[in-house]
Amino acid sequence: MSFPPIGDYAAIGNCRSVALVSRDGALEWLCLPTFSSPSVFGAILDRGAGHFSVRPRGAYTVSRRYVPETNVLETTFQVAGGGVLRLTDCMTLPAEPTADLQSLPELDPEHEVLRQVACVAGEVEVEVEFAPRPAYGRDKVRFVRRGRLGWQVCDCHFGAFLNGDIELAPHERATLRGTARLRAGEERWLSFCYDESEVSVITPLGAWARRRLEDTIGWWRFWARQCRYGGEYGDAVLRSALTLKLLNSATSGAVLAAPTTSLPEAIGGSRNWDYRYCWLRDSALVLYAFFRLGFLEEGDGFLGWLLHATRLTWPKLQVMYDLYGETRLTERELTHLSGYRGSRPVRIGNGAHAQLQLDIYGELVAAVAEYVRAGGELDSSERAMLAGLARTVCRMWRLPDHGIWETRREPRHHTYSKVMCWVAIDRLRRLELGLDRASLERECIAIREDIEANGYSEVKRSYVGYYGGDEPDASLLLLARHGYCAPEHPRMQGTYDYVTRRLSRGGLLARFPTESVYDGVVGDENVFAPCSFWAAEYLANVGRREEAKALFERLLGCANDVGLYAEEIVAGTGEPIGNFPQAFTHVSLISAAMALTVEKTVHPPLSSQGK
Amino acid sequence: MTETSIQILHVLLWGLIATGAMSGVQFGAQGLGYSRLSLPFLIGTMFTGERRAANVAGMVFYLLGGWLFAFIYYFVFVGLGRDGWLAGALVGLAHGAILLVALLPLLPYLHPRMASEYDGPSYRRRLQPPGFLALNYGYRTPLSTLVAHAVYGAILGATLLR
Repeated sequence: MSFPPIGDYAAIGNCRSVALVSRDGALEWLCLPTFSSPSVFGAILDRGAGHFSVRPRGAYTVSRRYVPETNVLETTFQVAGGGVLRLTDCMTLPAEPTADLQSLPELDPEHEVLRQVACVAGEVEVEVEFAPRPAYGRDKVRFVRRGRLGWQVCDCHFGAFLNGDIELAPHERATLRGTARLRAGEERWLSFCYDESEVSVITPLGAWARRRLEDTIGWWRFWARQCRYGGEYGDAVLRSALTLKLLNSATSGAVLAAPTTSLPEAIGGSRNWDYRYCWLRDSALVLYAFFRLGFLEEGDGFLGWLLHATRLTWPKLQVMYDLYGETRLTERELTHLSGYRGSRPVRIGNGAHAQLQLDIYGELVAAVAEYVRAGGELDSSERAMLAGLARTVCRMWRLPDHGIWETRREPRHHTYSKVMCWVAIDRLRRLELGLDRASLERECIAIREDIEANGYSEVKRSYVGYYGGDEPDASLLLLARHGYCAPEHPRMQGTYDYVTRRLSRGGLLARFPTESVYDGVVGDENVFAPCSFWAAEYLANVGRREEAKALFERLLGCANDVGLYAEEIVAGTGEPIGNFPQAFTHVSLISAAMALTVEKTVHPPLSSQGK
Repeated sequence: MTETSIQILHVLLWGLIATGAMSGVQFGAQGLGYSRLSLPFLIGTMFTGERRAANVAGMVFYLLGGWLFAFIYYFVFVGLGRDGWLAGALVGLAHGAILLVALLPLLPYLHPRMASEYDGPSYRRRLQPPGFLALNYGYRTPLSTLVAHAVYGAILGATLLR
């Protein structure tokens, strides 16, 4: 059984975990009970690590879409002979959109994957295969038939049931299999219920299942209709917002970078990282997206998480935290997994958590500034926390670091990190925190002088990735957005020209030059999707709107058939690759769309030293 | 204060402590993935389908039950003319065994939210029934339930008649 392309997957979820379903109707990734728990279905990383597939027997063609304004997936199989089968997949959510999951009127399982199998035309024979493999495929389970309650998954620490009205029977290697012949108008249901540590709840099928599906559609629509975006590209922006919501933990407010681990940045390569954590790097953009789109509750929740989670390491910040602010994300390799298309190793945890990355101070403070700009107020403990960060940045900005791309080599003075330190001090200076403004102003001037003296190359007429080098780095495109350098400034224009000239791969951008082992990892990588959106955003902000539109529309063509982006894009084919779907790409899309159709996304040069 | 009321307070105090210890063992077993049986949750869901309310109400009834059983244990010790932690643990084991063998299997017929394997789940009846020895909730469930009740009995046996 071969691996489908990464773009063949679509995501469904319940804001507590995310499942990936392939075009062939196979659920091949689901971690339970939370995003970063071990997988129960992990075939995306090893064909033997668990799947739950529903598909017609024989040859078929597939079309997919999300039910409009939702994360409910509809896969339509056109079967040879004229039969049409529609598979509708969701992870159920409550009827009451604002309901607390703990206070629903009747018991629901902690997690439910609900699959409706409906024959729309002709006659179709459906095959079902259910093979959960908990603990990243290490645990073998067995099934016990519990009468009309369905099949209980046994020999595991959690409670799980598969209830359905398609007759299934155990097959070799702990798999349930079954087939059913459906005629036009007939439907079947499959419900996988999971409870981590309490008595299992099994949900009824038929009319009750249909009601849960409708409730879930209603829940997503209620949420989606709060979106205030009124510009062009509304569908792409809403799909990105819905994807962010999928990755926004309902239990903590955190926004994950992606729901997957170790989907490779290049097939067969070793840049395979665990992205099921929350990166501070993404925070300012995520906050910006939530507030500007009108999702104030999510914005508040995420900021609350940011300020709460970072208390554990205060006054220093860590690159990433887990959903609940846990800081020890020890990296391990799962040697028993083959990896996606043989891309080894498969890693869980993330060793980059212990790196020094100075840009994250600027990202966090910029996020707080965004919150305040949107009318939010800081309480006294948050103000004290920010004051502590100001002292830390003033003390540390002269240090070399690993930079925004978490380079796995000796620390260097990364220009973008210095700029983000400048952003941190500049925003803190304006936040009325009772700090010594004159001293912060002096620090801002010192950082700027340092950057202009060491981070700019007169030869290349561009800011450069790190001091003493002359290599470009796509993160430098964000200097205008952060208000460090006006988009029209010759130094910024020169930087755009240099970055796009050196990092362009068929018109889209890589993060950095890989031939010089820039990040300390040998091997090539593909086009990093957010960087190309930053380029489009820069062009929009500098007034080159037609070029910006052309690039943006080209990027829209790189989404998969349901509008999702991975971390990277394969240059040439435009296929998504890397962890999937990725929040950073989707927030970058939203920000670029805003710049193109609503307003400039450049923060006004807040400092008197602004260029 | 009369001797009787002192004795009642004594039973209430140690009943509370023993119930707390028994809960600790059961919640520990749940947390460690040995068992998914939660008696407070099962009791609470008899009255409401809201998880949070069910857990809170269930815990209150569980504590009240713990006190009630403390008095029953007191009279059992008086009736047997024996006490001490070992006798108490044996009474607790017997109590746990009755719960596992007789009471929990009856639950599908008594509990308004418990499904049965014969009828399948419905809008209201969705909880998995415990099955023989509550093994449906994990194969270590009988062990954790017996240990929890033995601890409860041992504490009461060691304290009630002192």
